[in-house]
Amino acid sequence: MSEFPSKANVVVIGAGIVGSCLVGHLSRLGWEDIVLIDKGPLPNPGGSTGHASNFIFPVDHNKEMALLGVQSANQYRDLDRSVDSGGIEVARTQERMDELDRRMTSATAWGVEAELLTPAQVKELVPFINEEIILGGFHCPTVSVVDSLDTGTLFRNEAMDKGVLQVFANTEVEDVETVDAPNGQQRVSAVVTDRGRIEANYVVVACGVWSNRVANMAGATIPLVPAVHQMADVGPMDVLAETNNEIGYPIVRDMDTFCYERQSAGSMEVGSYGHRAILHHPDDIPSNDEAALTPTEMPFTQDDFDPQMETAIELMDFLGDAEIKYAINGLLSLTPDAMPCLGETVEVRNLWSAAAVWVKEGPGMAQVVAEWMTYGYPRVIDPHASDLARFYPEERGDDHIWARADEHFIKTYGIVHPQEQWEGRRNLVQSPYYSRQEALGAMFFQARVWERAQWYNSNADLVERYGLSEREVEWDNRWWSPIINGEHLNMRENAGLFDLSAFQVFELSGPGALDFAEYLSVNKVCKGIGTSAYTPWLNEDGGFHSDLTMMQTSEDTVRIVTGAFDGGRDEYWIKKYLPEDESVTFKNLSRTTTTLGLWGPNAEAILSQLTDADLSFAGNSYGSVTNVEIAGIACTIFRVSYVGDTGWEIYTGWDNGPALWDALMDAGNDHGLRPTGMGVYAVTGRIEKGYRLMGAELESEYNPIEAGLARPKVKAADFIGKEAYLAAREAGDPEVHCVTLQVDDNVDSQGRQRWMQGGNEPILTADGERLVDSHGRVSRVTTAGYGPSVGKNLLLGYVPAEYAAPGTQMKVMYMNELFPCTVVGTGSAFDPENTRLKGS
Amino acid sequence: MRILTLVKRVPAPGARINITEDSQYVDDKNLGHAVSPHEECGVEAAVQLVEQYGGEATVLSMGGPEAEEQLRVAVSVGISKMVLVPTDGAPKDPQQTAATLVTAIEELEAADGPFHLIIFGNESADQGGFQVGIRIANALGRPMVNGIKGLELPEGQDPASGEGHIIARREVDSGFEVYELPLPACVGVKEGINLPRYPTMKGRLASKKAELTSVDASAEPGGQAQVRLKSPPEKVSETVILGNGPDAAPAIVDLLEELGVM
Amino acid sequence: MSAVLVVIEHDRGHVPESTFEALTSARAIAGGLGVSVHAAVMGDGGDLAAAAVGEYGADVVHHLTSPNLGDYNPEAWGQALAGAVAAESPAVVLASGTDRGNELMAQLAARADLPFVANCVDVAPDVTSMTRSQWGGALLEDATLEADVKLISMAPHTVEASAAPAAGAVSELAVDIDDSLVRSVITDRVVLSEGITLSTAPVVVSGGRAVGSEEAFAPLEELAAELGGKVGCSRAVTNNGWRPHSDQVGQTGTRIAPQIYIATGISGATQHWVGAMGSKNILAINTDPEANMVTKAGWAVIGDLHEVVPAITEEVKKRRA
Repeated sequence: MSEFPSKANVVVIGAGIVGSCLVGHLSRLGWEDIVLIDKGPLPNPGGSTGHASNFIFPVDHNKEMALLGVQSANQYRDLDRSVDSGGIEVARTQERMDELDRRMTSATAWGVEAELLTPAQVKELVPFINEEIILGGFHCPTVSVVDSLDTGTLFRNEAMDKGVLQVFANTEVEDVETVDAPNGQQRVSAVVTDRGRIEANYVVVACGVWSNRVANMAGATIPLVPAVHQMADVGPMDVLAETNNEIGYPIVRDMDTFCYERQSAGSMEVGSYGHRAILHHPDDIPSNDEAALTPTEMPFTQDDFDPQMETAIELMDFLGDAEIKYAINGLLSLTPDAMPCLGETVEVRNLWSAAAVWVKEGPGMAQVVAEWMTYGYPRVIDPHASDLARFYPEERGDDHIWARADEHFIKTYGIVHPQEQWEGRRNLVQSPYYSRQEALGAMFFQARVWERAQWYNSNADLVERYGLSEREVEWDNRWWSPIINGEHLNMRENAGLFDLSAFQVFELSGPGALDFAEYLSVNKVCKGIGTSAYTPWLNEDGGFHSDLTMMQTSEDTVRIVTGAFDGGRDEYWIKKYLPEDESVTFKNLSRTTTTLGLWGPNAEAILSQLTDADLSFAGNSYGSVTNVEIAGIACTIFRVSYVGDTGWEIYTGWDNGPALWDALMDAGNDHGLRPTGMGVYAVTGRIEKGYRLMGAELESEYNPIEAGLARPKVKAADFIGKEAYLAAREAGDPEVHCVTLQVDDNVDSQGRQRWMQGGNEPILTADGERLVDSHGRVSRVTTAGYGPSVGKNLLLGYVPAEYAAPGTQMKVMYMNELFPCTVVGTGSAFDPENTRLKGS
Repeated sequence: MRILTLVKRVPAPGARINITEDSQYVDDKNLGHAVSPHEECGVEAAVQLVEQYGGEATVLSMGGPEAEEQLRVAVSVGISKMVLVPTDGAPKDPQQTAATLVTAIEELEAADGPFHLIIFGNESADQGGFQVGIRIANALGRPMVNGIKGLELPEGQDPASGEGHIIARREVDSGFEVYELPLPACVGVKEGINLPRYPTMKGRLASKKAELTSVDASAEPGGQAQVRLKSPPEKVSETVILGNGPDAAPAIVDLLEELGVM
Repeated sequence: MSAVLVVIEHDRGHVPESTFEALTSARAIAGGLGVSVHAAVMGDGGDLAAAAVGEYGADVVHHLTSPNLGDYNPEAWGQALAGAVAAESPAVVLASGTDRGNELMAQLAARADLPFVANCVDVAPDVTSMTRSQWGGALLEDATLEADVKLISMAPHTVEASAAPAAGAVSELAVDIDDSLVRSVITDRVVLSEGITLSTAPVVVSGGRAVGSEEAFAPLEELAAELGGKVGCSRAVTNNGWRPHSDQVGQTGTRIAPQIYIATGISGATQHWVGAMGSKNILAINTDPEANMVTKAGWAVIGDLHEVVPAITEEVKKRRA
């Protein structure tokens, strides 16, 4: 064994599937001087990789999980460490059959071969199944079984053969050291192990269930918790042994009982996600020495598994008579929102996380992190929902992690609605208006930690006034109310008051603030005090990192306003690029500033009662930022609109909020003002205008030209991604355009009106052909919603240029049925001339 | 045949066994639990004898309430009745354990008649006192041989009568010693007598429905007492690495020559 | 009289090494108590055994006699010992912690209603406190013992047997054994193998899970045969059905004490280690340099046993040629 080094460029902690693939990918990207350490032995260091059931179902409703699953499966195939066993998700209930229709839709979106089977067809593929208790199956022939340990070895060997990697097993991390960095930040400097201390420029935490503990050593957080997945190996069974194969029959996922049955040579592995959530603190995981098996193969708690056995025997009777040879409480990582933890930690520069990743997406996510470290942002996919920076402080503590993991464990095989809300850990942050909203019967949705009113039941009268109705199919109606459409139509007719306190408000100040603001932004921001800009932020490759508004508020301060879902990512991004000369000071004002939105044709009439300020469009032009007094309260008004009607965002101090709300509601009493929820702000109002949303239409895989957000000219100042942006502009007409489509007929084969949810439904040609561009980007619905003022179901999504012309006939798939739709265009479906934004 | 088999719940440790802070227990916080391996084979032996000769097997454990887990495992592989002699779970000395169990067994036999064969493990995996079974057999006035790796009834004997002998084989270096013990008898079995089966799912589910009989019994402590547990001293010398892969063969053979085993 | 009475384990006159270890330990204990060492022998071949023990320090050898003492019989022999204890009132009765040694002590303890502390590794001079092995030696227990006659067994290999010739005067002692106890005598013997066994082999070549199959033990067999040793294995191997249980080295298998133990592809779990730790020398062959077996061994080779083992055999043959 070589001597333990005292220095390295990169230290990767954890030699499971993720760490091993990561060092391989880093080596492919040209990294050198890498050290990989693990506290366990090789090739199985004793983490989750060693006991995972190692199969990949490539269909997922979530784009990142689906595409990285497919991408990972292909990496395993490339190394010849994969067998396509096929897999079938069986349904025991009608609700699950509907979900299988949804699976078919997602399979089409991601281009995965799939078919629905009758019970008899399932039986043909899996002769030992009891077809009498199932209603059907979703068959995916490219489900694969992989050898994750061997794959890890091959990736490590690849890097070692290049001479850029040293591997040290049985090396326990005792500390991760940091040093002071500019702007009051910390930077990782060394890893202390039981073999010695190693200085490092970069450290990557890829140690699965132990990741948060190791990150904590450096003062960073990787919010995940080790959770039990029970698995029992039963056998032998002749019918399986006769295949003479590790796996000869398709894997069966018994979705309604949260179980799977996966052949392993002569026996069957029965795995469960149906038991109670069993969570462990990392300190309670035994060491390799102490564990009877490996540390993450914890003692089986049989009582938890008993109900699963009963239902498993129902499906496959022969399981009941086979011996339970091996049974474990296998540990895997769960996060508060069921997505991985990828990217640099927000607390410590150059300390990276590649954690909460399962075998099924390991190689792909390792590539994501390797590219992220190399290029500043990944290229293979936008890991927006996996970005470690997404978590707010309230989401990083054990109380939150445990509670959320406890709630979503059972949803692993569950049917999860795209709008589904959490039950626990609510009211973490309430706006100043919360009690008023509660009194108005607000239906609260949670935006990460912020409670926001989605609609107000006090507006139920609007349903009758506008002749609205519930949706016919329960799934479409779930987490929705016709009141949203009522609030929308009232806003268009009168006015709506929106609580936008969840806005994330940042301030840059200091001598370098203005230059730095320009450096972050595509569009020119600083055009004088009181001016503003709506602008994308790009990554170095020219794809979207953010889109937000920025305002110059003094000669050396710039205010940034971004959405609740992206506050963490945007704050991280700013801090990452802060000038090292410390000429810019960053402040997060989100918890001290509250925002109200007032929009609608009566907005000016309402506001003018409370202020002497000139509110005319001439005196208060679009985009202007003005300090005014409203009802005696110091406020800043920003003339802007995300909903298609004239009005303002009004900012004031947190404590002034209630008085401001009361004053506006009073003033609006005779003008039809209604409190109006985020259902209008984020969906109906926005989609009628075709306004893009970060994380939906806007992703790093697309650029402003494709999104239709490029301005006629490019500013002189340098900004992140400028070079790539210029190149994209020079390349001429983009390959795809972001367009609005209207659904022409939403009646399904059963004669029911259906309403798309914006869950990646594929947008197809009129002939039903899938559309994929030369970058592999698929045309799919990024946002769906009803446009009450246009009377149509509207969709946003990217389509190839030849399909982008208004009037082009297309199809959209929803619940495995095709619905005709027509391209409206790249602009707005409602008031395309923006006449309503002008006010008086 | 009426058979009683006794099992003890013990932790299932890995390569290192940790001790609790008070030095009294194996730290089993993160460990699973099992039946002592010899006793696991005792359970299997009982099941096989009943399968072969008919009758009924009962499993008994003395311990804390959690020992029910091990009793149910035994039932899930074919034992029909289970009995717990509840204790506070703290380790008992061998005399106390034996006396307690004698009281319990006598109570069971008074109710349902004698057990024709009582099967113990050769020794428990943890305390390893090597005597509880022998003390019980002696108190019950029955023959007992330890270290048994084979059990069968003589040909032609009526198993239901509970009369006659049991042939017990004990493994020694050169082969087997054979004993013919008159029934009722006791034996201490050793791992290797059989390869214990694992529970099936159906067996497990059936075991959940089995009724647990509790027999209260106790006895005074004996003359041996545990003061503390401790870990043996670690090896201090470093391992000498003779080489890597097949190239190390000459160095290995040098060592064999040095040790005089060539 | 007061003495340390050593139970002489023997099979038809053949006294195993472990009994000489027990005599060696007994000398130290007797020295501390200031008493002499006595021995008790009985059964078939008792005279042969009696003759062998003086060499190891027995001042007096009590040859227990009864018409009901013949071939090994744990009940009858235990009853005989109880008679000897009643007659001689020794301070301590001591045996080796072997299968038979512990069995006899337990029989004695039960019949004399005395506590018995098995497998001691260290004993205080007054024999009221001791350290004994638990978990097959993976843990130690400090224990106390309160009894008029103190019954203990010494864990095998605790001391190395050393000779210390003493008088070894044999005196016969007739003991009363109930006829009913004849029931537990050995009635037959089945001899399966002559010559060396796993527990007596000078060389043991063992394989673990990494060997991979029943067939893959062939190279280990060849090496063991070449060195005049035996093949052993880990518990995982017998559980997989690759080798019979009689080949298993471990807490629940055979305790071995070879001149050299060659452990290949064995990680070294507690269960296995306690069966192997009596070996004089240990050579571990493993791909994992941090495997327990490697770190606990005196010598190690890092490599794949499937390559290393045939290479050793070849090298042995080459040197012999």
